[in-house]
Amino acid sequence: MPTRTIKVDYLARVEGEGALSLRIRDGVVTDAKLKIFEPPRFFESLLRGRAFTEAPDVTARICGICPVAYQMSAVHAMENAAGICVTGPLRDLRRLLYCGEWIESHALHVFLLHAPDFLGFDDAVAMARDHGDIVKTGLAIKKAGNAIVSLIGGREIHPINIRVGGFYRTPSKNELKALARTLEPVLDDVVKALHWAQTLPFPDYEAPYDFVSLFHGEEYPFNEGRIVSTSGLDISADAYENHFIEYQEPHSTALHSLIKGHGAYLVGPMARFHFNRALLTPMATMAAKEADLAGGCVNPFKSILIRLIEILFALEEALRLIDNYVEPESPAIAVEPKVSIGHSATEAPRGLLYHRYCLDAVGDILEAKIVPPTSQNQKTIENDLKDVAQQYVALPDEELQWRCEQTIRNYDPCISCSAHFLKLNVERQRSAEAPHGN
Amino acid sequence: MARKHIPKLAVWKFASCDGCQLSLLDCEDEFLALAGVIDIANFPEATRTKKRGPYDLSLVEGSISTMRDRERIQKVRRQSKYLVTIGACATAGGVQALRNGRDIAEFMSVVYARPDYIDTLATSTPISDHVKVDFELRGCPINKSQLLELITAFLHGRRPAIATTSVCAECKARGTVCVMTAKQAPCLGPVTQAGCGAICPAYDRSCYGCFGPMESPNTVSLKEQWRNLGANEKDIRRAFQTFNAGAPEFLNAARGHADKNN
Repeated sequence: MPTRTIKVDYLARVEGEGALSLRIRDGVVTDAKLKIFEPPRFFESLLRGRAFTEAPDVTARICGICPVAYQMSAVHAMENAAGICVTGPLRDLRRLLYCGEWIESHALHVFLLHAPDFLGFDDAVAMARDHGDIVKTGLAIKKAGNAIVSLIGGREIHPINIRVGGFYRTPSKNELKALARTLEPVLDDVVKALHWAQTLPFPDYEAPYDFVSLFHGEEYPFNEGRIVSTSGLDISADAYENHFIEYQEPHSTALHSLIKGHGAYLVGPMARFHFNRALLTPMATMAAKEADLAGGCVNPFKSILIRLIEILFALEEALRLIDNYVEPESPAIAVEPKVSIGHSATEAPRGLLYHRYCLDAVGDILEAKIVPPTSQNQKTIENDLKDVAQQYVALPDEELQWRCEQTIRNYDPCISCSAHFLKLNVERQRSAEAPHGN
Repeated sequence: MARKHIPKLAVWKFASCDGCQLSLLDCEDEFLALAGVIDIANFPEATRTKKRGPYDLSLVEGSISTMRDRERIQKVRRQSKYLVTIGACATAGGVQALRNGRDIAEFMSVVYARPDYIDTLATSTPISDHVKVDFELRGCPINKSQLLELITAFLHGRRPAIATTSVCAECKARGTVCVMTAKQAPCLGPVTQAGCGAICPAYDRSCYGCFGPMESPNTVSLKEQWRNLGANEKDIRRAFQTFNAGAPEFLNAARGHADKNN
């Protein structure tokens, strides 16, 4: 029997260009690689010489799906460098903005990119022919998230209203009340979607993850908190580079990451949920219980449920923030630059996003370091891929390939962020055959 | 019985942030209706389906910055009847065009320990530098209403109604007080193409030019006005060197070419 090689031109429904290869010898998966060949854009290089005030707008362009995350990590790092802290209504507005991004980004992934996998559809348009109501519900939820980003940020993609120290213009209480009226009906939509999602066929797979996320202690984390890990890490953002190492693999334009002395780890919704689920809002807590996830979740295929729970949380949190909102006296506080280094880690929809900047006396950037969530997850994605492929190795090539694609999509990888286009290559060999024989 | 031809749409990505193609999925109220009148034949971000070309309408996002992509855009052009670039990367090279004229080896060494693993060109260039482009949509990101107008116009066989005036016209239309006159804030609105809806001035911020240069912009006069408002040469250079840094009019303004005062 000849070596079986399956080639798929791309793994679709991910953000960015990558490829994937799988080698199977005598029924044993010997190698699984996530190859990322997104063209590098050298943000860390081109930020040098720019003003500290430009970082939020420049770094937003790293990702069109989660620009708010880049803006939030950038402004907090710059404020950390200046030794100031934004509090009160401005801090709340930043949380509200982040709620919007989590909702739109998670809804995009849950309904348009991930759900079709469970039901065997190529895309949400095909899925809508049989499940029109759920796709329409998903689009309505996504629209609610975009409505928040649009009002607070000025527009959905690459918001224009975020600056170091706060905002250019803050919304009136009435504008937020009108927004709340559009968000309220969506709560029920999410609850219904969660009931539906629980009926999806979940592959039986669990993995012993080393989770990494922010932990705040009093609130589900967006912009503040300590970086904690299952393996026992408990550090502030300024110690990040003492404990995490980045290294380059030949098959990826996105740098890989490891925890020193431990290895591969996982950031994102499952990690946040692991450490912070006691701090979820009432409806989200109830939903987690109903989904039988109150004790945690280590099945990556069920991350679709965690994302829905986080959407529900973000909606409730948005409504709470709007209710408590008092218009601030000024849209921003003054930030005076100095020779300094600033660090920040915030929770992008896909997980921890670390920024560090070195500034000169007038606030020009001398050095920048940015570590996106998907690049940090690469090694864990490869580990999962190998294990899942092994578990399902008896499946015919076409089904195995789809299962592998789904495994990658579990992580909502944002390859544009991390350095698009995933190509899956399954190579099956028998030991007596030449590696590239046909 | 003859069936009505349903046009085939393809979406392509080059060096970019995915934001402009996301604009299509951000049309939450229109996306399913759109999928009913146009065949989404190639759109990897949204579907596993990949139908063969030729494609009636190709939307191209991103700039050309690798050897592989330089070849790939030629194939895309050959398969596309009508090719539209979407956004600042595809139309002007994007923010990554800030590498142009700089030391790319040094740029690589800042990010990568092993630059030899990396396929990159010394420049990031717009699609029109490589193939014929039938229409360009501006913006970083594009405006989704303009995207819907473009697709609707294409389906009806007419030219899209896309304004080529400046952002100033949009401020006047929405009744926004001019930030340059009222707040003495240096603004790029007078030389930037309309299309965003003049969001920034409506948010008490001056325009930062993400839609790129309008037709025949008077950058010389605007720079003089900026100096009168207290901007220094570094501020001016930076302002023209962002998301449309490779657009000739902005590149020249940043370098001081055709500038009588420099």
